[in-house]
Amino acid sequence: MFTLAVSGGLIIAIGALGPGIAIGLIGAKAMEAIGRNPEATGRIVPNMILAMAFAESIAIYSLIFAFLR
Amino acid sequence: MPSQGPETLFSVSGFHLTNTLLATLLVDIVIVVLVLLVRRRLSLSPGKLQAAVESVVEYLRETTERVAGGRTPLIFPWVAVFFIYIAMSNLIGLLPGFGTVGFRRPEGFVPLLHVSTADLNVTLALAVVSVVATNVIAIRTVGLGTYLKRFFALNPLLLFVGLLELLQELTKFVTFSFRLFGNISAGEAVLGTMSSILAFVVPVPFLGFEILVALIQGLVFALLTMAFMTMLTEPHHKEE
Repeated sequence: MFTLAVSGGLIIAIGALGPGIAIGLIGAKAMEAIGRNPEATGRIVPNMILAMAFAESIAIYSLIFAFLR
Repeated sequence: MPSQGPETLFSVSGFHLTNTLLATLLVDIVIVVLVLLVRRRLSLSPGKLQAAVESVVEYLRETTERVAGGRTPLIFPWVAVFFIYIAMSNLIGLLPGFGTVGFRRPEGFVPLLHVSTADLNVTLALAVVSVVATNVIAIRTVGLGTYLKRFFALNPLLLFVGLLELLQELTKFVTFSFRLFGNISAGEAVLGTMSSILAFVVPVPFLGFEILVALIQGLVFALLTMAFMTMLTEPHHKEE
């Protein structure tokens, strides 16, 4: 008999999928906004990083579950 | 392959001196020396060092002012401290010698220095400082009554929202600490893996990426602290 130890990898792989897409979209939209209005860069970048951090925290939950599995 | 987590170098009567503690002290010394150097040669026509330090502080100050407005004097010191400490710690951890110079022990290789932010104890401590400071500042500025009204209300819908906010306060400990820990230790693992594939040229692009990650993680921690402090010190948030 053998046991397959993929659960941790699967948890973080699936769990990081959504936040990965989200961070990509946030970055794309922020670049679009900067392209439209370059003067607003200073306002957009902190908010972009904040939104990315919130999206990222979903991935952090799955990282914890991957550690705890 | 780099080692994972903090290792005890030696113990003095139950107190474990770990390699991440040593790295933390090193970062502290570097920051203090940098401050003293800049302060001693303060001039109106800044040299390279002073200009660099000034631009970092100015950027943080401007960003804080844009978000926090009148509460900048209260919030800016926390933002600056978190950014400077975390970014400095991450950057110093990328220097050669970290994780590679150490002792051989029966249980394996023990490095003398290990990036302090790749240790969950350090990042959890930073998270606790950030969250507790945020709530203490909030109580001091808006008063206990307004502060509690944010979490508890008689209206059932607002009570539910308040409970969610309370839950968010608790999960902040987890997200703050694991974000930093996860990013930095994952970066370390990637660099280690790449170096074990081929020790020359291959890790270089990843090293560049890690420098970016080091700065961005410091900025993320500082900006999140700033945003939460600004949110919780809002003088009177919307009532029903």
